[in-house]
Amino acid sequence: MEISVTVNGVKHTAEVEGRTLLVHFVREQLGMTGTNIGCDTSSCGACSVHLDGEAVKSCTILAVQADGTEITTIEGMAGADGTLHPMQQAFMENHGLQCGYCTPGMVMAATSLLKENPNPTEEDVRLGLEGNLCRCTGYHNIVQSVLAAAKA
Amino acid sequence: MIPAAFDYARASSAEEAIALIGQYGDEAKFLAGGHSLLPLMKLRLAQPTVLVDIGRVPDLSYIREEGDQIAIGALTRHMDVETSPLLHQHVPLLAHAAGHVGDPQVRHRGTIGGSIAHADPASDLPATTLALGATYVAKGPNGTREIAAADFYHGFLTSALEADEMLVEIRVPKMNGAGWSFQKFNRRAQDWAIVGVAAWRRNGDAGVALVNMGSVPILATDVASAASSRIGSAIRRVTNWLDTSLAAAQADPQPDLNASADYRVHLAKVLTRRALEAASA
Ligand SMILES: Cc1cc2nc3c(=O)[nH]c(=O)nc-3n(C[C@H](O)[C@H](O)[C@H](O)COP(=O)(O)OP(=O)(O)OC[C@H]3O[C@@H](n4cnc5c(N)ncnc54)[C@H](O)[C@@H]3O)c2cc1C
Ligand code: FES
Ligand code: FES
Repeated sequence: MEISVTVNGVKHTAEVEGRTLLVHFVREQLGMTGTNIGCDTSSCGACSVHLDGEAVKSCTILAVQADGTEITTIEGMAGADGTLHPMQQAFMENHGLQCGYCTPGMVMAATSLLKENPNPTEEDVRLGLEGNLCRCTGYHNIVQSVLAAAKA
Repeated sequence: MIPAAFDYARASSAEEAIALIGQYGDEAKFLAGGHSLLPLMKLRLAQPTVLVDIGRVPDLSYIREEGDQIAIGALTRHMDVETSPLLHQHVPLLAHAAGHVGDPQVRHRGTIGGSIAHADPASDLPATTLALGATYVAKGPNGTREIAAADFYHGFLTSALEADEMLVEIRVPKMNGAGWSFQKFNRRAQDWAIVGVAAWRRNGDAGVALVNMGSVPILATDVASAASSRIGSAIRRVTNWLDTSLAAAQADPQPDLNASADYRVHLAKVLTRRALEAASA
């Protein structure tokens, strides 16, 4: 069926199968591969994008369910001139990544968290990122990054 | 992983959704938040041939006061239950339990109606609404009916809902200041409970229900009189009840990767004690 989705401010109209997952639509049909697939079982959060401003796991949403919505992916976070989003900047400055595989999902989940809770405690950040797994950092610097971005 | 192919239909009203399900028959399923159904479909543990998407049905996402109850639309998302000021005021146990479902991304999509209709004994909200004495409202081709939570859960992932019935509302009695506690034991923050306990206690009255201690969420019976007694004997009553229902196989915890059946029984007793102590503090 035909869907129409605004991704990073650009409207896309496309034909998808009912079973096409949002993450495959974004990566394969739109060619935006910043959104990663980690577990593919709704657990790791690597595939997190914003749907109408809220973090969701795009491996567990059908593209048809996103019809008519606004999606933001990691590609939509930096400014048009390449200026990093404050969350991306904070991850860079606080060494919030090692291999970087979880990072797009972390950034999307963390920005959604700050929207709901602009002044989180460390505990709030840890709980707020419970849906995102990182196999490298031990989380410490990710949490520091998010706290730094909240102050930025 | 990609689900098996299916036809997709989006309903714009509850009536339309029920008619569509009726038209397509047994192989069709409602799709709400999709956060139980889609994972099963990706693993091909479920292969419905038609999905009737009710996610866009307007007017089924609300939380409102109705006399001594709070009425919650079936499509209300976990995040909205978790953050509702009305629920924090009148049914804080439910708001708190909703905040323990999965993680924020899951709570942005999953709905209370989907959670209850799915009837997973490991889920948090079936047991919590059961402990609270909730009533569920189902709508079918011949109108609506009310089902007490205590009569709703028939077996693993099966409920009193007919195939062409849609859950439209959850009605929860106000707690009127009762003490409460939600104990969820799991190994990782986002996981389902290995065992969980939802409990509330007020002079002369109490409710306790267990998560993941059998094929259905389990309501402790005969705890009301325990409510007025001292905390020590209240806890004894509930653990005696647990022993009796284990013996009668009403509670029938299964072993899995996370826990043996015996360990689940141990956890249930420890968590029930903690829950009743916290609810009485
Ligand atoms: C990573 C992850 C972690 C999770 N952790 C937890 C947890 O810790 N605790 C917990 O309780 N849950 C957990 N869940 C499940 C989550 O709460 C689901 O959102 C919820 O169980 C189902 O709600 P849904 O709206 O997504 O339903 P769907 O997946 O859309 O539907 C589930 C089932 O109910 C039926 N259905 C849905 N709505 C209705 C209706 N209104 N009337 C009739 N039938 C209906 C569907 O046909 C389907 O069979 C988790 C899910 C994920 C993906
Ligand atoms: S890939 Fe979606 S949650 Fe892991
Ligand atoms: S930086 Fe490698 S998984 Fe997080």
